[in-house]
Amino acid sequence: MSSQRSTSSNKITDDELNALILRLQTLLPQLDQSRHGRVSAAKVLNEICSYIRRLQNEVDGLSGRLSQCLDSMDLTGFDAEIVRDLLQQ
Amino acid sequence: MDSQHLNPSSLKSRFTARFLRALIKINAQKPISSSSPREIFQRYRRIKVAADKSMAYSVRSRRTWSRATLWKLRSQSRRRLASSGRRSSIKTRTTTTTTITTTSTNHRAAIVEKTSHEKENKEDHVGLAVQAEELRELVPGGESMDLCNLLDETAHYIKCLTTQVQVMKKIANLYSLE
Repeated sequence: MSSQRSTSSNKITDDELNALILRLQTLLPQLDQSRHGRVSAAKVLNEICSYIRRLQNEVDGLSGRLSQCLDSMDLTGFDAEIVRDLLQQ
Repeated sequence: MDSQHLNPSSLKSRFTARFLRALIKINAQKPISSSSPREIFQRYRRIKVAADKSMAYSVRSRRTWSRATLWKLRSQSRRRLASSGRRSSIKTRTTTTTTITTTSTNHRAAIVEKTSHEKENKEDHVGLAVQAEELRELVPGGESMDLCNLLDETAHYIKCLTTQVQVMKKIANLYSLE
């Protein structure tokens, strides 16, 4: 990567940027580092965008599912028991 | 991010509690007889808003993206109260770009008009800057972040999204078995 610095106030170092990109890569299950090693930053960002879109669509779909479920849901009997159960894997 | 599932102050717990409270409220508003498709659709919208709002509020560290989400949700509800069906462009406070939000089902599909000085082409990694444009449209508030912040916020945003999906999936599974 060229180290030509611009006069912009965003003097990000290559290292900082690489660290951020690497962290994003670890969030991607499909770009597991043990199998793929270092991946280009552009590819990471590409995958990140697809991943975000997928997650947002999932939230969308789940909202739809819940809106159907709510018809038959009885939430009045709600208590700490259920919440605890929810939060346990 | 906190990964202790039983930790009452973890993001997951905070989100779960808030979201469930919202669901109970939405559930209470439904009619006695079975719902029309239109009612179900409105419920879907309300649930989606509740999910995003619950997550944004649960982000105690006050991230840029969560602030942007809350701001967007508030301005959307204000518009809906003012006059139903009106579609207008909203100038965001924090950015110099114009974001036009529609009341379509995917409220995240904001169309951003980029002004020329938003194109950070003076950055070292020009290729990255181009990729980042797409990311800016996906992460709430992304238009006004510099590249470093954008990447940082993205990591946090993704973690929150996965938590959101995880909890919503569990709730849906729990109640679709009844």
